[in-house]
Amino acid sequence: MKMKKVLVIVLALILAIGCIACFTACNNEEEAQEAAKITFAPVAKENIKLGLICLHDENSTYDKNFIDAATEACTKYGITKIVKTGIAESDQCYQTACDLVDQGCNIIFADSFGHEQYILKAAKEYPSVRFAHATGTMAHTELQANFYNAFASIYEGRYLAGVAAGMKMNEMIAAGKFTADQAKMGYVGAYTYAEVISGLTSFYLGAKSVCPTVTMDVKFTGSWYDQTAEGEAATALINGGCKLISQHADSMGAPNACEVKKVPNVTYNISTKAACGESYLIGSRINWAPYFEYLFDCTINGVTAVDFDWVGTLATGSVEILEINDAVAAAGTADKIAEVKAKLMSGEIKVFDTANFKISGKDVTTYLADVDTDAAFTPDTQVILKGVFEESLYRSAPYFDATIDGITFLNTAF
Amino acid sequence: MKAKANKAHEPFVRLVKRKEMKVWQSILLRAGAFLLSLLICGIVSSLITRKGMGYFFTTLVDGVFGTKRRIWNLFHETALLLIVAVAVTPAFKMRFWNIGAEGQVLIGGLCCATCMFYLGGKMNIYALIPIMLVSSMVGGAIWAVIPAIFKAKWNTNETLFTLMMNYIAACLTGFMITTWAPRGSGVVYFEKGNLPKVGNEFLLKIIVVAALTVIMWAYLKFSKHGYELTVVGESERTAKYIGINVKKVIIRTLILCGIICGIAGFLLVSGTNQSIHKTDTVAGRGFTAILVSWLAHFNPLYMTVTSLLVIFIDQGTGQIATLQGLGNSYSDIMTGIFFFIIIASEFFINYKVVFKFSVLKKAKKFAETVPPAPEIETEVKEKEEVEE
Repeated sequence: MKMKKVLVIVLALILAIGCIACFTACNNEEEAQEAAKITFAPVAKENIKLGLICLHDENSTYDKNFIDAATEACTKYGITKIVKTGIAESDQCYQTACDLVDQGCNIIFADSFGHEQYILKAAKEYPSVRFAHATGTMAHTELQANFYNAFASIYEGRYLAGVAAGMKMNEMIAAGKFTADQAKMGYVGAYTYAEVISGLTSFYLGAKSVCPTVTMDVKFTGSWYDQTAEGEAATALINGGCKLISQHADSMGAPNACEVKKVPNVTYNISTKAACGESYLIGSRINWAPYFEYLFDCTINGVTAVDFDWVGTLATGSVEILEINDAVAAAGTADKIAEVKAKLMSGEIKVFDTANFKISGKDVTTYLADVDTDAAFTPDTQVILKGVFEESLYRSAPYFDATIDGITFLNTAF
Repeated sequence: MKAKANKAHEPFVRLVKRKEMKVWQSILLRAGAFLLSLLICGIVSSLITRKGMGYFFTTLVDGVFGTKRRIWNLFHETALLLIVAVAVTPAFKMRFWNIGAEGQVLIGGLCCATCMFYLGGKMNIYALIPIMLVSSMVGGAIWAVIPAIFKAKWNTNETLFTLMMNYIAACLTGFMITTWAPRGSGVVYFEKGNLPKVGNEFLLKIIVVAALTVIMWAYLKFSKHGYELTVVGESERTAKYIGINVKKVIIRTLILCGIICGIAGFLLVSGTNQSIHKTDTVAGRGFTAILVSWLAHFNPLYMTVTSLLVIFIDQGTGQIATLQGLGNSYSDIMTGIFFFIIIASEFFINYKVVFKFSVLKKAKKFAETVPPAPEIETEVKEKEEVEE
């Protein structure tokens, strides 16, 4: 049969090429080892060029937050930048990073978790260029001297936003809209991923600190950016009896759904007050500008030992509370937030104090978290020290991934 | 008087099918269309960016040919689009509207990813790669043959069926990613089991795709199979009459499509991304490839040109979008303009537009030279027939 012949030819050809490839490619491995001894010399301000790789464009609240921060920092330092938007978590990311190097960028920053492997690959290939990656987890185990992770203690920001949410719940209870035992909040999350769980738990603990009877339902969408799914999840939560909604996903889906239903909404990354004036309550944001400034300072001064895991805090100005919408927020919210913020900064309040939460009805005294990345998600590090779950201590990206009492995951398939 | 009566029936504009156009004419017309599409893209861009046309063209060229890596990327991306276009071609030539290449490639990639996840690092890479390749081919073939069997046996609508299979493939991929990385963020990355480099990271894939393209061209042009599927496409009844087993041809052709889609999935997962993602792995190539194949009149050799042009526009305008901060949609709009003009040119290659005044003018001239009026009527009638 001719068909078979063609098939055989095709197969044989590909296999032949493949085999030749395999045998000729053996010596490529050694190059990567060279990168171990990397040192950086000072670079003049005007010779610095920042390359920013974003998963989506400005229409995503998440990416807009990075673009705004980079613009702010670059303007302050007078540094030029190239912004690449819509870069998928695929080989495209690696190709883009290399292209940015070709265009003369000496700092390259990628904003999405899935970019990490591709950025790391580029970092190994270009040891003279600094590569920084937000939300990543691998720098502290890879120890590649030109590859850094960064994040912020946004759980503190979420906690503060949670306090505002709890006060709003109290106000609604006092107004007789529902009873204390009906106080339920809703949360729209992207994936059952530590960053999301850490965020939603701190938000819940903040609310619980002022409204002790509050509970929370969580729905996951399985996507970082899905306007329809996020809107539907928010609507389903509201219909399920949730009196207030917050979210960790990047579209306007949930805020818009809340505006339609006139349900208070706590945002992330951007204020939606202009578009959703009747529902927007408060929000929290990571301000990345301090990190960009840190990178610029390191580059200008020729610092080689850049922090592998840089964690921005309330003190560095990386964790911010967005504007309070007086039309929605309970009276005295601003004062209360200022008070709690001061206590967080002084260390008087710890967000993940094990005195404040239980898992399956039991007190938590030990917890092994998956800090060092591996394919099997093996828990490897004891993270409870002196009764506090120490988030972002062993690496910048969050690793709190427990489901605490009072929070119900309505779906966990993501 | 007759001419007056005709006036009432004559539409303002109508389309007349052209007789065969000369090759050089059609090439000239297509090249003209490409230049026109660039010109329109340039005008639109100039309006948006408030920079001159010169800026548009220099940035466009810089975005595609500016560095060595960009040139390699141009050919690499072209190859990845071309292989999918080559894969869908036999089905389309057979008038089997396979809209499911996106899913077939993804399933091929998923099979490859499955091998990489469970076997990667546990066995010799030289043994693993053939296993990955074969399972990708089998996976792609299964995904393509299911709608083919339904079409052959029960004459189901293949357009809807193959389209639906895309969504199943995406959901299945999402499910597997969740299984492999239950607490991940939607992407799985594979350290082990990646296609080795030949020369550089692009060359091997470009060679494989080039070889497949030539083989497919020869298959369609010279083999008995190629002839059979063309006949089935032209007329199923003729095919039956001359003794072609139509069902067999449909199933066989779709298996071939699926196999090549599977290879594309293998190249994308193992050779390019080292990861799998619901949408970003195939990234719409399955749909763009249909246009690429169609515009090349289902000739694999022409497809190299059409896919190159698509990637050229995409990468060139991508650079403009980056430098001017225009966002993701800009390149899509430019590619849309490009496709629109090219498809329009195809229309004008096949049809000619006849305006009312030109017909009447002709008729008048005709009436002046040849006195008997009835002849005019027949001429118009003839034209109407042609139109049908």
